[in-house]
This record gives sequence, C-alpha cells and structure tokens, in this order.
Amino acid sequence: MTGDLDAKSALRETLPTVFGYIGIAVAFGITAKANGLSIIEITLLSLLTYAGSVEFVIVSLLAMHAGIWSILLSVFLVNARVILMSTVVAPYLSDETMAKNIWIGTLLTDETFALSMNKLNYTGRKLNFTWFNVSNLAAYATWVVSSALGGILGNLINNPERYGIGFALVAMFIGLLYLQVIADRTIKLNLQLTVIGAVVIMMYLGMTVIPKNGLLLIVTLLGCSIGVVLKHGIK
Amino acid sequence: MALNSYVLLVIVSTCLVTWASRVIPFILLKRFKLSKLVVSFLGFVPICIMTALWMQSLFVQHLGQLPDLNVPNVLASIPTLLSAVLTKNLLVIVIVGVVSLGVLNLIL
Repeated sequence: MTGDLDAKSALRETLPTVFGYIGIAVAFGITAKANGLSIIEITLLSLLTYAGSVEFVIVSLLAMHAGIWSILLSVFLVNARVILMSTVVAPYLSDETMAKNIWIGTLLTDETFALSMNKLNYTGRKLNFTWFNVSNLAAYATWVVSSALGGILGNLINNPERYGIGFALVAMFIGLLYLQVIADRTIKLNLQLTVIGAVVIMMYLGMTVIPKNGLLLIVTLLGCSIGVVLKHGIK
Repeated sequence: MALNSYVLLVIVSTCLVTWASRVIPFILLKRFKLSKLVVSFLGFVPICIMTALWMQSLFVQHLGQLPDLNVPNVLASIPTLLSAVLTKNLLVIVIVGVVSLGVLNLIL
C-alpha cells in the first residue's frame, strides 16, 4: 500500500480484496440457485441490493416464504453496521461535492471500508474521490459478475439437494458467524459466546410457540438486548 | 430465466433499504451521531442473526411442542465448524459443509 490516491494504486490495492470476493460471490450464486432463485434474479440482487452477507439472508428468507416486512426489517438490521461505516468515511470526503459523496456511499462495502481505513495510515489521514471510486467499482464489478457465474454454475448441477448443496447457506452462516466472532474486538469473546448461547436456547424454546419467520427477528432483537445489558452491566 | 414478481419486489425494496443505510450518513455528514447504546446494540446483530439462522436449520418446528433435531444438518455442522476454525476461508467452509451433508445423505 502506498500514499498515492490515484486510480492505478486504487486498483492495485483492491485486487487482493477482489480475489476474496470471487469465492464468496460464486458460492452465493450456487447457493441462491439451489434455493430457487433464477440467474437473472441472482444477478439483479447483486446488482441492486449489493450487500454480501445480507444477500445470503435474503435468499434464506425467500426460501422460507417470509413476508416482505420481516425481510426488510432483517435486511435493515443486518445492514445497519453500514450506517456506522458511512458515518466514519463521510468526514474524509467532505471537500468533495454532495453527488460524489452519495456515489461513494452507494457502493461502500465492508471490504472497501476496511481498505480505506488501512489506506489512511499511508496518506497522512487523507482520502479522495478517485481512489475510493475506483476501489468501489472494482469490488462491485467483481461481486456482480462472480455471483452471476455462480448462478450459472449452480444451473449445471441437477437435483442439487442430493449432493447437499442446500447446506451451502447454512455453512455460510456458520463461517460468517465464526469469522465475525474472531474479528470483532469491540465485544469480549466470553460475552459473544454468552449471547450466542442465549440465542440458541431462545430459538429452541421459541420454536414451541412462535412460527419460525417471526421468531428469527424476535430472538435477534432479544439477543442484541441481552448483549447490550451484559456489556454495559459488566463494565 | 424466470423473474418472479415477489422476488423482484424484495430485490427493489431491499435495494432501497441498503442504499438508504449507506447514503444517509453521507448526506447528514457530521451532524449525524448515533448514541453509544445504539452502536453497541448494532454490534451484536451479526452474531445473533447468524446464530438464529443456523439454529433454524437444526430444529424442525412442531408448534405446541419442543422442536425435533434435523439430525443430518446437526451432524454436517460439526465438520463445517471445524473447517471454519482451521481455514477461516468462506469458500472452503461452504465446500466442506456441502460435501459433509452430501456424504451423510448417502449413508443415512
């Protein structure tokens, strides 16, 4: 990583991230196909919603025939951390026009956010539109094309359930959960495990009385509340 | 190449929700400040929702009584979790998960 904020260094620095994207996006395409989405729906979802793990959640909720409002509330909650990231990035681009700010925000993702925070250490705490835009566009293009490829790949496999492909989504949630637990240093490990345990118990017991679509949201909100109470109580 | 109208509605509306989350802070710029408790609450969302989605695939719901276990999914979760710990690579994790359930489907 260098101190230059031009298009070329943006591309060079985004490439490693982009390679990470390809595998996840292809896996997403295959999974979405196995869960009943068509290739065009997969491509549109990545093109318009463009939200990584949120797209996995959407596919999972669609497969459960969840209602529109519970899907939207879940998407808002899972995606809410993006509000934090935009809030952090915005002041660095306050010299650029409003339209440019909106455009950078439109394609901001976890990965380009992380990259930009890293970049700050090399540029004397500066960012600009060109660097951010090229980085965003490279990540976006890769995500959309790779998820479409995954959909096409999923199409080639007949009777996917027999080969356990339906489990791809669950495996992805397990992976995302584990990666989140080890990456998040703002919450102590013990507290994370306690909250996870509470969610497991609430899901198990809740299944007896509440239909699963609604239960998912209720348990998520309760789990977060328990986390907040424990975090601020323990401290 | 089907395009279901409900799926289209979901795509367009989730597009608006994710776009608003990304762009509104840029518009409000520095005036925008979330309270510490809200930030803390949002920090727990990923682990809670991922765990809940995972559990949903492990339990078979019978309203009015305790759920049954989905045994193949429970068993397939073990090597999947192990591969997560060992590789930390999402693609590997997905492949291990799929192969595990595929093998279990052959045996069970």
